[in-house]
Amino acid sequence: MSTTPSENTPGATPAFVAEIAGIIVSALNLEMSPSEIDPDGSLFGEGLGLDSIDILEVALVISKQYGIQLRADDEDNTHIFRSLRSLADYVAASRAA
Amino acid sequence: MRQASCLLTDLPAPDSIIAWLPAGPVTRNQFLADVRQLAGQLPEGQHVLNICHNRYHFLVGLAAAIVCGKVSLLPSSLTPNTVTRLRHDAPDLFCLHDTSLDDIDLPGIPFPPARAPVEGILAVPEIPADQVVAHVFTSGSTGTALVHRKTWGSLVINALSESERLGARGCTLVGTVPPQHMYGFESTVLICLHGGAACWSGRPFYPADISAALDAVPAPRALVTTPFHLRTLLEAGLRLPPVDFLLSATAPLSEELAARAEAACGAPLLEIYGCTETGQLASRRSTQTRAWQLLGEVTLCATETGHAAQGGHVEGTVPIGDVIELVDERHFLLHGRNADQVNIAGKRTSLAYLNQQLLDVPGVTDGVFFMPDAEPDDHATRLCACVVAPGHTRQSLLAALRSRIDTAFLPRPLVFVERLPRNAASKLPRADLLALLPGTTAGTGTADTPASTRERHWRVPAAHSAFPGHFPGRPILPGVVLIDQAIQLTDGLLPAGCVIRGLGNAKFFEPVGPGTQLVFNYAPASAKALAFEVRTDDRVVASGSLTLGQQT
Repeated sequence: MSTTPSENTPGATPAFVAEIAGIIVSALNLEMSPSEIDPDGSLFGEGLGLDSIDILEVALVISKQYGIQLRADDEDNTHIFRSLRSLADYVAASRAA
Repeated sequence: MRQASCLLTDLPAPDSIIAWLPAGPVTRNQFLADVRQLAGQLPEGQHVLNICHNRYHFLVGLAAAIVCGKVSLLPSSLTPNTVTRLRHDAPDLFCLHDTSLDDIDLPGIPFPPARAPVEGILAVPEIPADQVVAHVFTSGSTGTALVHRKTWGSLVINALSESERLGARGCTLVGTVPPQHMYGFESTVLICLHGGAACWSGRPFYPADISAALDAVPAPRALVTTPFHLRTLLEAGLRLPPVDFLLSATAPLSEELAARAEAACGAPLLEIYGCTETGQLASRRSTQTRAWQLLGEVTLCATETGHAAQGGHVEGTVPIGDVIELVDERHFLLHGRNADQVNIAGKRTSLAYLNQQLLDVPGVTDGVFFMPDAEPDDHATRLCACVVAPGHTRQSLLAALRSRIDTAFLPRPLVFVERLPRNAASKLPRADLLALLPGTTAGTGTADTPASTRERHWRVPAAHSAFPGHFPGRPILPGVVLIDQAIQLTDGLLPAGCVIRGLGNAKFFEPVGPGTQLVFNYAPASAKALAFEVRTDDRVVASGSLTLGQQT
């Protein structure tokens, strides 16, 4: 039941990146517009400042919306969420799989 | 208390299983060999910061430190300021890790990559019962961190009482909580050393990971988790492997979620109540009773300010930071936290501590943290903060706070103001703070209705019909009467077209007796909620939020 995308799947389209940005903003009630999220910036710490509580909330919305289940990579739970683009790529590849 | 306790009990044979790795089970003998190998590699320092992610590595690291007479430090967060403070108090501190040191500024010892060779049957080491093996930390109400020293003897009693209550002997435990947090430390680590359970080495995070981890271990098995993780797990709608019990702690679970969890897993859901200072104190099966049953030989006694725990594994008499009502000698009800305490997804601290950290940031001239209207149960509600900090941007202030406090407590939103709405007594009425938040009808900046017009008064009649029998000799107004009064007094406070649909949440902090003069302060209403606070002269006795909806 692993849904880990392979290395050579194409990345998410800009429209899909924007769609995922919208999910993050609405799931977490962030006071910003989705376009303000830098696709390649960190979602944690000095970046958007998300933490593991936020990640589970966003993961839940994504699993419902796209019918996929996120899986952690080894022991790094938050790897998928290192940037908006990495998350969008993961979701796009999982849907295609 | 016994003079010495074995490192292990309830693992009677050398091939008894103490943990499960993806590669298979770990026997007692292999574990003892791994402990001996690591013990031979630890540096001389007497203090260990064990940040191993892998639960089995943490277990080996803890045991190796104990065998060497070292103390494991279990801070509640790993911010740069925390590490600096730990190093200041224990200059010989080193960090045992199994991935990387990240940015922890300490000498690092990597966990050995290979299992130790096993030759013959290793003896189980004896540990003096009065040896201090762990330091755990809480944020004291004065704003400084407090150290609590845990002796081996008390931790052994703690684990044995828990295992007996849960029926965990022979079970494999899958935990979503970190082994370094008091709850995970007791319920997934100590319980393997004393209590006959075995732990899964991983710490599954996403719902699908939790399901896969449960599939990877043999029955009987149990899931050790929190209300927050449990809710996301159930909402993900996955098929879950059968479990023998579910364990939840860190915050009370709603009855609704407890019932859903039992139905989805076909197993009892048990809740554990405890705190860092005392360890676990009581348990309950939430679908059957709201009353908590004390563990082992622990007792509770009334004090001037509330209640304190003693006996069993509790060392001395330790005050409890929650509002407790004793039902009988072995059972009690929990009525929320003392007003200063906050708990976000299982991380606890005090507002006093957070405020002190905020005021200590250079450039902050005034500031305060506070809780907004709580979200429904089982969700993580974030704190808000209002600050006066003319030289700071949002980013620079958040960066400064991030080095001081756990990310779970970072304010959302962080509101910059020219001055805080302090009243004549220099206090900050909660309703006025809520009015500063974006999205309230008051908008940002200033409230459009002064707080005084959102204030109602009520003196509790001495002969109120709720007092007889509640309780004989000590009349206390039932919480439901306060809520009813809070609803009755809302005339003129609801937005046009809105009606009260229900009670979002309520907390009761202090008992209210006959004749008490109460003040009900209401926040500016949003379209969805109206928050209120009930005070006597100077103390908050209750707070809550009424859920609003459109009149149909």
